Amino acid sequence: MDKVHAVELKGVTKSFGSNMANKNIDLFVDKGEIMALLGENGSGKTTLMNILAGIYLPDEGRVFVDGKEVTIRSPKDAFDNRIGMIHQHFKLVDVFTAAENVVLGLEGTGRLDLKAASSKVREISRKYGFDIDPDKKVYEMSVSEKQTVEIIKVLYRGADILILDEPTAVLTPQEIEKLFAVMRAMRRDGKSIIIITHKLNEVMAVSDVVAVLRKGEHIGTVRTSETSPQALTEMMVGRKVELNIGRKDPVDPKPRLTIAGLTVRDSEGVKKLDDVGFIAFGGEILGIAGIAGSGQKELLEAVAGLRKIESGSIIYTPEGKAPAELVGKTPMEIKDAGVALAFVPEDRLGMGLVGGMGMTGNMLLRSWHKGKGIFVDRKAPEKLAADVMERLEVVTPGIYYPVRKLSGGNVQKVLVGREIASSPSVLMSAYAVRGLDINTSYTIYNLMCQQKEKGVAVIFVGEDLDVLLELCDRILVLCGGKVSGVVDARNVTKEQLGLLMTSVGGKEEN
Amino acid sequence: MGALDFIVALIRAAVFNGTPLMYGTSGEILTEKAGNLNLGVEGLMFMGGAFGLLGAFTYGNAMGDSANGVVAVIIALVCAFAAGCFGSLIYAFLTITLRANQNVTGLALTIMGTGVGQFVGEMMRLKVGGNVAISNALKLAFANSPFPQALQNIPVVGPLIFGYNVFVYLGIIMIIVMHHFLAKTRKGLYLRAVGESPSTADSAGINVTRYRYFATVIGGGISAIGGMVYTMTISGTVWNHTGLSGEGWVAVALVIFCLWKPINSLWGSVLFGALLILYIRLPIAFIPTQIYKVVPYIVTALVLIMVSIRQRREDQPPAALGTAFFREDR
Amino acid sequence: MHGKTPFVRLTKRENMPKGKVWMIRFGSFIFALLIGMVIFAVIGAKPLSAYGSIIQGALGRRTGIRQVVRDAIPLLGTALALAPCFKMRYWNIGGEGQITMGAVAATFFAVHFKNMPAVALLLIMAVAGIVLGSVWALIPAIFKSRWGTNETLFTLMMNYIAIGIAAWLVGGPWEGKPGSQIMPVFTSNAILPKVMGVNCGWIVVLVLTVLVFVYMRYTKHGYEVHVLGESENTARYAGMNVPKIIKRTAALSGAICGLVGFMVVSGSDGTLYSDVAGGAGFTAITVCWLAQLNPFAMIVIALMLSVLSKGASTLQSAMGIPASITDILTGIILLSMLGCEFFINYKMHFRKSAEKEAA
Repeated sequence: MDKVHAVELKGVTKSFGSNMANKNIDLFVDKGEIMALLGENGSGKTTLMNILAGIYLPDEGRVFVDGKEVTIRSPKDAFDNRIGMIHQHFKLVDVFTAAENVVLGLEGTGRLDLKAASSKVREISRKYGFDIDPDKKVYEMSVSEKQTVEIIKVLYRGADILILDEPTAVLTPQEIEKLFAVMRAMRRDGKSIIIITHKLNEVMAVSDVVAVLRKGEHIGTVRTSETSPQALTEMMVGRKVELNIGRKDPVDPKPRLTIAGLTVRDSEGVKKLDDVGFIAFGGEILGIAGIAGSGQKELLEAVAGLRKIESGSIIYTPEGKAPAELVGKTPMEIKDAGVALAFVPEDRLGMGLVGGMGMTGNMLLRSWHKGKGIFVDRKAPEKLAADVMERLEVVTPGIYYPVRKLSGGNVQKVLVGREIASSPSVLMSAYAVRGLDINTSYTIYNLMCQQKEKGVAVIFVGEDLDVLLELCDRILVLCGGKVSGVVDARNVTKEQLGLLMTSVGGKEEN
Repeated sequence: MGALDFIVALIRAAVFNGTPLMYGTSGEILTEKAGNLNLGVEGLMFMGGAFGLLGAFTYGNAMGDSANGVVAVIIALVCAFAAGCFGSLIYAFLTITLRANQNVTGLALTIMGTGVGQFVGEMMRLKVGGNVAISNALKLAFANSPFPQALQNIPVVGPLIFGYNVFVYLGIIMIIVMHHFLAKTRKGLYLRAVGESPSTADSAGINVTRYRYFATVIGGGISAIGGMVYTMTISGTVWNHTGLSGEGWVAVALVIFCLWKPINSLWGSVLFGALLILYIRLPIAFIPTQIYKVVPYIVTALVLIMVSIRQRREDQPPAALGTAFFREDR
Repeated sequence: MHGKTPFVRLTKRENMPKGKVWMIRFGSFIFALLIGMVIFAVIGAKPLSAYGSIIQGALGRRTGIRQVVRDAIPLLGTALALAPCFKMRYWNIGGEGQITMGAVAATFFAVHFKNMPAVALLLIMAVAGIVLGSVWALIPAIFKSRWGTNETLFTLMMNYIAIGIAAWLVGGPWEGKPGSQIMPVFTSNAILPKVMGVNCGWIVVLVLTVLVFVYMRYTKHGYEVHVLGESENTARYAGMNVPKIIKRTAALSGAICGLVGFMVVSGSDGTLYSDVAGGAGFTAITVCWLAQLNPFAMIVIALMLSVLSKGASTLQSAMGIPASITDILTGIILLSMLGCEFFINYKMHFRKSAEKEAA
């Protein structure tokens, strides 16, 4: 008989429609162990953990906790088996205090003793080194505080198995260090922790073992001390990462967008962009790097006219025309002037596409206001849709089939294809390869390169540093809404980029 | 009539006319706190009014002179409550289990509920062949104060504190209990969580469906009692659909005015009760009575605007109000 | 607790064949009629003969049919008015008030410009109804687009304010016999002419049906409304002026409601009552929703409801059943048809069948 594991999955399979998210997965974690669950976007990490957390039911397979078979039908069942998950999108009630959120859903009837809850929250905080006010309302909290509340919530319930879904994506480096310290403290306390991530440095820093998923399959589990980032990457993507993007040198770059002193606040008055300035040239790809939420989205939206600009200027110089100020223009005017934005949000459909419409309806988003009269012209977008479908090999039953029902890669092809088809002179894309497989990603990279060779100023916001280094000509790094550096992509290392991403104060190139 | 007498009379009338609202509103607050916007309150109050009357009437007829007032009141309460529970159960089944649109379902419930109320009221009239009347002894049980005469005779304080019908006191107790439940108990906290963010509540192991059913069905029952109170007190144990009509919508308006807090409905319902009858008590020459009657709605609209402009988090409607919940829908 | 999957599991269903969809809807209608039969049985009436006399009462004689059509006009008109709002996910439940204000504006001209020629007067009344109806709808929309004020509750309040204003006018400045609280009947030049025995409003709403269909399907406005209804972010991204679209669509909706108000006072009632809308604003919401916002389906549903209402009103004289049975039957049909959408949108997996699938 094998050693009894804290939690074990045997033959777990889960599919959504025709999409197999998890295929016959066997996996286990031991007591007092931190396991990193590593895999690219869309490899099935979150789905698998949601099965443990009681969010999804597996189609097939068995789950064991402490050697006993269990069925986890709901989050409550998960708690009963001492499993707690901290989701990427926090599950907190905004108008409640930390303590109220912590006691949510606990057994027991009658009077609610918030004082006792508060003091127990303080006790847990002391034990693991959190810093939290139990009586603070969640809507007044920072992201890291909210995450702390989530972790306390799970600990309060006496969870022995903690699952953290990409907990570092929203944190600053200091906060990440603190989180890791907390995780180590929990490990000392005999807890088992599963951390979902796709960042190798974090895997190496904090985990004891690494389980790698690829396209829904469990590729293998290795001890962190016996592996290397290179070996892990190979497991993760299936082959050595040599991107070999056919990057050519820029030909005759001319300033296309000249941005100076750009400052933007969000609806709550928080500065999202602080005195941002740079030049984007026609015929080059300018990459934008930064940890999530550093102002990438706000920058693109400001240029596209979708955000109120507090101060600063955006001078746009189209080929062979006089420079024009974009600040103060409507999104429509900016779009018509040749500035295109292809933004792929986290849910893919939130911005830029209408899920309930077919490709034609979505092509129409760019041209609906064109032409005289009150009627929409559907002929041109129909042709365009057929065109995009053929050129980018979009897999769809037809151009009227709702794009919501297409797979992620095809949705993104529709979006990027449409923006390119408008022959822009500035093409901004954000997270264009989010969740795509390698082959589809290459299709997108090639499209970007083609645009650059046509003299378009391409601005590429990406998450993957390897891609940025091989695709872009220059890389602008944002940190906390400020420009922390603009570097030559051919002569910079990943480490240098990483440093710039986490600290303002790098030198500007120009 | 002295100024003091006038004010006492005005307050008494305001409380008297506000009592049905007290029930209608607090029931709907309970429902909305769990995230269900039940626009069927009007229908529920109609059903409560008709079945409450039917219950008391049937009991009175069956027992004749030996009928007991207290029993009649209890029967009326139970009948109205049960009718309301039944009506809101239909709503709950459609919106929670079958995930139908809440606005439309609520309106359909109003159509059906007013129909049922009307129908029962008219059937009673047809059966009796004239106005439905219950014996005077029973009538008094609905109208009189439960306190001893001595207390009621204390000047000013007596009529103001001890001089109301039993439903006023029951309503106050019910609202205080509800306030305590929502603010101070575990279950109350969970119920509010369900209304604010069902997916959060769900992942915390709270049974969203069960809480929503509970809040909607009990809330609907309480709202329906309001209709019974109207029929048995204000309209004097006679079925009167024109008077009752609109009462449910005022209650929905009052929920907004109270900022979704049951404790506010204590004074809110008295204030609205005053607004409803002020045109009789305090006529102002240049304001026509019909316009006077519109004041509660204007006030509510203004409150709604103020709340949305100020954006104070604690004053907002429950964040998930009006939305169905489906776990895998994320 | 162990080893068992839940009894029922739900998943979203994407593509049900059209035929099956309509089968389910029709089935739910039959289901509602069956419940209705139970109710008739409970109150001691013969269910089949009750339904018989409903049909007979509504469609048996020419006058009945005319009344059915007359009653369907405001239902259909208002449902059409609400469709663009609902497509935008803007919950205009203020149709009742917008109808009332349209009726008030039209009545103003009928009262004060008695000597105008009929065609001119009717046109002015219609325009006045359209204008005031749209203004009434615009007020909540302005607050919605500026501050996000909840439109469901705001439009609801506007209903009662409108009805109050109408009640005051009917019982005050425009009162006929002192103390009657009723207005005198309009002069004949303020009455809509009849075509085939029913006021010509029915032609207007049929034309409107086509217009609304075309508006929603083929125009730029319709496209904007559709995009905005799906995602506000996408609408802004596409360069759409979101506040403007909200205000314009609400105003359009109010305009049609206002026109309906005009047709009711000038066509069917011949005078202004304070409850001129008579619940049409509310019932139309359900008509619109059940028709899945499809204008042509609205014709069928509006007619069905008004057959029911006309037919059931004859039950009182024929069988001694109170006329309010109409509202009960209507409510049951609406609730039943609302519920059946669940079986179209979701798929249920029962434990047993799941095991069979696995085997």
